[in-house]
Amino acid sequence: MNKKHFSAFISLALFLAASAPVFAAGGGALETADINIRDTAAIQRGAKLFVNYCLSCHSASYMRYNRLAEDLELDEDLVMQNLVFADVKIGETMDIAMEPEAAADWFGKTPPDLSLIARSRGADWLYTYLKTFYQDENGHWNNLVLPNAAMPHVMWQLQGIQKPIYATHDGHDVIDHLTLAKPGLQSPEEYGETVHDLVTFLEYLSEPAKLKRKNVGVWVLLFLTLFTLIAYLLKAEYWRDVH
Amino acid sequence: MAKPASSLAKRADTLWNWVDTRLPVSAFWKATMTGYYAPKNFNFWYYMGVLSLVVLVLQILSGIFLTMHYKPSAAEAFASVEYIMRDVEWGWLIRYMHSTGASFFFIVVYLHMFRSLLYGSHRAPRELVWVFGVLIYLALMAEAFMGYVLPWGQMSYWGAQVIINLFGAIPTIGEPLTEWIRGDYFISDATLNRFFALHVIALPLAIFGLVLLHLVALRENGSNNPDGLEIKANKDENGIPVDGVPFHPYYTIKDLFGISMFLLLFAFVIFFWPEAGGLFLEHDNFVPADPLVTPEHIKPVWYFTPYYAILKAVPDKLMGVILMGLSVAILFFVPWLDRSPVKSIRYKGLWYKILLGLFVVAFIRLGMLGMAEGTPAQTVEMRVWTFVYFAFFILLFFLSPGAKTKPLPERLTH
Amino acid sequence: MPTDGVNKKRRRFLVATTSVVGAVGAGFAAVPFIKSWKPSAKARAVGAPVQVMLDGLDPGQLLKVQWRGQTIGVLRRSKETVGLLPELDQYLRDPQSAESEQPVFAQNEGRALKEEFLVVNMHCTHLGCVPQLLPQVGPQPFEENWNGGFFCPCHKSKFDMAGRVYKGVPAPTNLRIPPYSFIDDTTLVIGVNPEGAV
Repeated sequence: MNKKHFSAFISLALFLAASAPVFAAGGGALETADINIRDTAAIQRGAKLFVNYCLSCHSASYMRYNRLAEDLELDEDLVMQNLVFADVKIGETMDIAMEPEAAADWFGKTPPDLSLIARSRGADWLYTYLKTFYQDENGHWNNLVLPNAAMPHVMWQLQGIQKPIYATHDGHDVIDHLTLAKPGLQSPEEYGETVHDLVTFLEYLSEPAKLKRKNVGVWVLLFLTLFTLIAYLLKAEYWRDVH
Repeated sequence: MAKPASSLAKRADTLWNWVDTRLPVSAFWKATMTGYYAPKNFNFWYYMGVLSLVVLVLQILSGIFLTMHYKPSAAEAFASVEYIMRDVEWGWLIRYMHSTGASFFFIVVYLHMFRSLLYGSHRAPRELVWVFGVLIYLALMAEAFMGYVLPWGQMSYWGAQVIINLFGAIPTIGEPLTEWIRGDYFISDATLNRFFALHVIALPLAIFGLVLLHLVALRENGSNNPDGLEIKANKDENGIPVDGVPFHPYYTIKDLFGISMFLLLFAFVIFFWPEAGGLFLEHDNFVPADPLVTPEHIKPVWYFTPYYAILKAVPDKLMGVILMGLSVAILFFVPWLDRSPVKSIRYKGLWYKILLGLFVVAFIRLGMLGMAEGTPAQTVEMRVWTFVYFAFFILLFFLSPGAKTKPLPERLTH
Repeated sequence: MPTDGVNKKRRRFLVATTSVVGAVGAGFAAVPFIKSWKPSAKARAVGAPVQVMLDGLDPGQLLKVQWRGQTIGVLRRSKETVGLLPELDQYLRDPQSAESEQPVFAQNEGRALKEEFLVVNMHCTHLGCVPQLLPQVGPQPFEENWNGGFFCPCHKSKFDMAGRVYKGVPAPTNLRIPPYSFIDDTTLVIGVNPEGAV
């Protein structure tokens, strides 16, 4: 076995090691949210949905309104008029007035801060979560990806009311799929768009620097490519001495 | 115009001589750079040493700037990290440099250690270089672990919980020891505060000192090389090794190219893939630490998972901890376990290639299983690879002296 | 090392190019670190302009507010107080505020946008103590020519009712005037100049 054979052997071994399955697919399959972080219009629509449907109970206490205005290319006055309902200044963060204790009373637990929810849960999870609320036989809200969720379906007027259809697997009744029992203000396609906008906003919210990060990154990589090239020429020139 | 320039040059020269007769700058430069001869046949693996040094410098630099904004208290730590990510200008870049740097530190260090196993760099007379290296690795593990606690997310908290409780497995003194480490009856503000102190000053100082010893010991005998031959055994009439080249400019320039390649990859991850799919920054760590809620799936960061798998493979708390400790401690003895008459894998024969190949597969596979949720089948697999991991060292000891070797060449192959 | 046949010119050129490009790179890399010391978004939010309601402020009264960690005084001056200001010019170091720090709109006798209201950074231009307001008119133990003003307890610097510094005291210049403007007759904003003003 010479040097080439050995590296081939190592590569093959590593390939086999890395390709063997380790992670079992956990839970139900998630729908792909397919987020485009550069879609500023979607983030703007999502921001509007966020302040209307989420911000009454959930805070986003690491996000400043003026950062929102700057990143979404909105005038600060426009943001104050359309997105800020609380009595706060433009430089303040998206907090809520609700006392944590009161919230815990109503929902059984304090609604989590949503600043980082897209980083801890992932966009696909959020997208699926917001689309799979249903009403069970007793009229209680429940959810497919987060069973016994403490949160009611706040956008039910848009989506309508879904009911579960059961199927029997190994003698157990399990939910096979959901069906729209009572249509909402939006068609399923429109509601899908709505959720997509909201998740796009949440994705932005979780890392506002992401856009700038990628823009700067391109320049850094270009510069380093140039430097690597020059460094290579320099190295090649000097190493001509070595025989 | 030539006259003032030359008089300026003269003055600079005088100043330089003044300094050099008081501080041995040029003597040091000659001893370690221009007059220090390194084997001319270094390959890809020989970049990892200088890259470790580069990452160390980057970690110290970015770390200093993070310390300026971070708050080491249980009430403020998580928010202060988000403050860095959002409110501090360019804070996100400095933070990503540091978090990505932590993982890259382990990548280059693991490759650096693997290089040694390939070419026998730890063999006589370089045993101490290796021993200091393992000590650096240990200090680095402590440094990384404590750094990981600082963001005070769920994985920080529960990772600390699990690792500190490992000490609880020690009979009799275990419980009081964990209490002493935490400074409280649970992981708390006191724990975070002392980990911060160790992370930002105590351990970096220790690592810095050990790196210095590692380098001094290395320069004493010079670097090994892919052939495992001593270049000092073959000198020309001027006493210069015929297969050596001056470290400066040849290796300084070559390393510059290597560093540049490395920075390209490093920058790519920082700017386009800083979470590395949850490997470098874990999803659950974006949830603030909550002593009342345990995340569904606790695992250490990727660089610890091979050892974590060994821990999980053993169905006994104390034995698991002992075996895990042993899996790291055994590294200290590698220079004496390998008794082959040749150093490099190139002349050792097929047995070593298979042995080392299996060891690498075991290490990676253990790392992956350490992250996994843990089905019974995986537990069996972890035991198999744990066995392979230790078998490498034992077989190395018994097979190396007797195995047939290939003849060594007269000169380095270049 | 055989070094004959080496293209020295090419080497020198490559070394120079690498050094220059490398130095440029190091320069760019330093920018984020340097900029991370600037006031953060949080500091800027806390240092945002402050609104002050003036409707409860009587003539002669001083209202102190905090803006960017500085004590800003809002003093409502009577017509008489304003009228007495020119009398003191000869005893002052910088009566026309030529050497002092204020927005252009406040470089006048009253050092104010509206003469009625003095908006002044209360920190003494000597070493940063906050002087007291001593509004009574007439000779004082520390100053014969006193038409009311500010007296610094730390090093005895004296300023008149427009924050202008007396001669012969340690403070070098008049008290500073921060940027400010009026939203309406009774609402003052500290931290923003009037639109179009500097």
